[in-house]
Amino acid sequence: MTAVTTHRTAEEIGRTTAGPRELPPLGETREVPLPDVVERTLPSGLRVLAAHRPGVPMVEVRMRVPFAARTPEHPAVGELLSSTLLTGTASRDRVEIDDELAAVGADLGVSIDPERLSIGGSGLAEGLPRILGVLGDVLTAATHPDTEVARERERLAERIAVARAQPRTIAREALQRKRFGDHPITREMPGADEVAAVTAEQVRALQAASLVPGGAILTLVGDIDPDAAIDEVAGALAGWTADHLAHELEAPPLPEPGDLLLVHRPGSVQSQLRLSGRALRRGDDGYAALQLANLVFGGYFSSRWMENIREDKGYTYGAHSGMEFVPGGSLLGVETDVASDVTAAALLETRYELGRIVAVPPTPAEVEAARAYAIGSLLISLDSQGGLAGMLTSLAADGLDVDWLRAHPGRLSAVTVDEVAAAALEFFAPSTFTGVVVGDADVIGAGVRALGGITGP
Amino acid sequence: MGHRADRPIPAGPAEAVDSAGRVSGPRVSVSPVSIELHRATLANGLRVLLVPDPATPVVGVAVHVDVGFRSEPEGRTGFAHLFEHLMFQGSESLEKLAHFRHVQGSGGVFNGSTHQDYTDYFEVLPAAALERALFLEADRLRAPKLTQENLANQIDVVKEEIRLNVLNRPYGGFPWILLPPVLYDTFPNAHNGYGDFSELEQAGLDDAAAFFDTYYAPGNAQLTVAGPIDVDTTMALVEKHFGDIPARPTPARPSFFEPVPGAERRQAVPDAHAPLPALAMGFRMPDPATDLDGYLAHVLLASVLGDGEAARLQRRLVHADGLVTDVSASAGLMGSLDARDPDTFTVTAVHPAAVEPDKVVGAVDEELEKLAATPPSTDELARQVARWSASLHQENDRVMYRMLGLGARELLYGRAEITLELTDRLAVLTPAQVAAAAGALRGAGRGVLLVEPGAQDTQEDDA
Repeated sequence: MTAVTTHRTAEEIGRTTAGPRELPPLGETREVPLPDVVERTLPSGLRVLAAHRPGVPMVEVRMRVPFAARTPEHPAVGELLSSTLLTGTASRDRVEIDDELAAVGADLGVSIDPERLSIGGSGLAEGLPRILGVLGDVLTAATHPDTEVARERERLAERIAVARAQPRTIAREALQRKRFGDHPITREMPGADEVAAVTAEQVRALQAASLVPGGAILTLVGDIDPDAAIDEVAGALAGWTADHLAHELEAPPLPEPGDLLLVHRPGSVQSQLRLSGRALRRGDDGYAALQLANLVFGGYFSSRWMENIREDKGYTYGAHSGMEFVPGGSLLGVETDVASDVTAAALLETRYELGRIVAVPPTPAEVEAARAYAIGSLLISLDSQGGLAGMLTSLAADGLDVDWLRAHPGRLSAVTVDEVAAAALEFFAPSTFTGVVVGDADVIGAGVRALGGITGP
Repeated sequence: MGHRADRPIPAGPAEAVDSAGRVSGPRVSVSPVSIELHRATLANGLRVLLVPDPATPVVGVAVHVDVGFRSEPEGRTGFAHLFEHLMFQGSESLEKLAHFRHVQGSGGVFNGSTHQDYTDYFEVLPAAALERALFLEADRLRAPKLTQENLANQIDVVKEEIRLNVLNRPYGGFPWILLPPVLYDTFPNAHNGYGDFSELEQAGLDDAAAFFDTYYAPGNAQLTVAGPIDVDTTMALVEKHFGDIPARPTPARPSFFEPVPGAERRQAVPDAHAPLPALAMGFRMPDPATDLDGYLAHVLLASVLGDGEAARLQRRLVHADGLVTDVSASAGLMGSLDARDPDTFTVTAVHPAAVEPDKVVGAVDEELEKLAATPPSTDELARQVARWSASLHQENDRVMYRMLGLGARELLYGRAEITLELTDRLAVLTPAQVAAAAGALRGAGRGVLLVEPGAQDTQEDDA
């Protein structure tokens, strides 16, 4: 401290002669400006959604193809398909594909998970024809060259090793096994040995069999004319056809309540608590009430659980609860990372807060704050081309559209305090959860076992 | 409330596209960034930047304070970041937890982050909450409630943040904590901005009081408001809430300059969680305050080296030679145009254990030498500038990023316009300027950090 030689005390700093002041009221609320969405299903079965959202001269592109496994080797082959889709076509190599996109400021990325293959990106709106040109090219004429598959196979094995060293990956894999056993939904990342066995022929065969338009969704949002943009898609992707639909993942059995599984990670200085129960889907009655109950419990910073284990106890940097949609269902996740020496204490407080939201339901003030946050944060999340494109795509996959989005603030406004209490009672009771605790069992084991409801080493 | 690695803010020309979707030849596409900026300075010295945008229903309010972790005192590493946490713990009119509750209960989101040379605090909310947001920021800039209890609580929270982001994961703090001590000699530039646990634990309430009185004077801060605002009305609200914060002396801004090392320095650190080795090369960059074009040539060089499948290091190290799993290049330790001088140009890579680090470093050197000897083509640069242009538009599409980018550049360089002019300035850089940047990196000393998988003491509390 060099710039001043004397300073006020902490107490003097926190006080003025005028004294505390009153919080200003909220001003006038503006409407949520959502554009109309034009939708057309092409002869191939591809559903195309397009919306005019100017503001910046960009276009956001999101494609989602149902991509469920039909064979045990699918996850490994699929990962290689996604990492080599943009590395070669009949007319372009990897560098030419990237140059073509870069010329219009565009980027495309490909990823897969147990449910779907996703292609996403953005570019200058005037470059849309070029972006769609590349998309059509890779969907119909990707060659997955032998050399590219061989190189990506090595890189993928290395990346998997890095990912599996991350505590969050270890915890996620343990949670998925605990919730879903050996259902294909658990196969989020292949083993390094499975990746090593994949051939370029298998990758090409998987693209022919599974990367098909029937049931897929393509969303375009930006400074575009929606009808003209869909025409452009129809032309650029005209050659992308198949005689069968894309493969939807079968609904997994929903998890039963049960003991938490303790998973040993030697040398860990933190533990991952991952609890999970059942929840509702967006289209279900009661979804808005559950959304508010979840916010009050742990869905935002001003929640009971966060205020307890972070702001009061200092056990964690972050604690979050939220809903995760799976085919045919929805799950509640209650997740935090805490220091090893307070793991048992944090688990105790977590169970306490789960019980408390049932026994001492959310107050009117808590519900009002959660409601304002749910509506306001939805407005903020949709205030960009990318945010809107992602939301429309996700809704479309759920059979919902922009009208659902327009009506949702109204649904949130109509929820009563009693409905929130009922949702808390149904979905947050501590006895309805299962899950995992990942950490150094030699350090945390005795403490968490003593609390009961724990199995494992 | 952590360190936010800002994405760089870019902009630029594109090429025309004919109806067949093929390039008809490079031309500079008009991509005007037409954003109005209004400035004022209150009598107490607080600088104000208003950025009206009638199209959005969302308003953002940010306070940038001219102190970052480079300014924290020796023996108190991590203090600037810890203090950022304390600023959320209540103020004269707001009990603990009230700040969070009022922002979120008004439908908004909030955060803060600590950088090398500044600390930011912000919220984004439905526009109806504008005055409330100004009130919340003013109250803590006027009279934060600093208590022993909150200090102890937030030391625990920060330690959990460090365990989460550094100690309990592979490649924690790579490269932003691990590289600076290799490249720099002086405490401000070299030390760990997250802090050592032992020093965080010694932080006392009087340290906090001294830090606030020294650095959080209104004349040492910048207020930025973006959204569907009326300039006169908003300026009146700013005056109403911030105007009676008493002026205090502002600290002299120190220079953090130190000489560029004459040779390569190398250091290896173990990482018990890392499955593969990694390395980072750190170089010095031109001062953006005195040589902005030289600095921007490094920004464009980073793109040419690392952005996209066609970038030089991707092609050479990832694909042609198969030396690395992934490689990236960045002009700026925490993002481009995010710090004053000195800032760091980094090249980072994760590579298999079978590959000697020297082979990776040697290949990077050869690519720099090639670029220095044979400048990139104008097409190659035009493609990278087009990606910067698109990326700038995307940032501008979000009130939060637009506000934070403008506010940071206004504070650091006194010119928020740098953000708006970036497209044009990058577009007119010549291949020779980019080649000169490559030559400058190749010709100077640097720091090379090697991360080696292997056992280390994970009982960090004993440190």
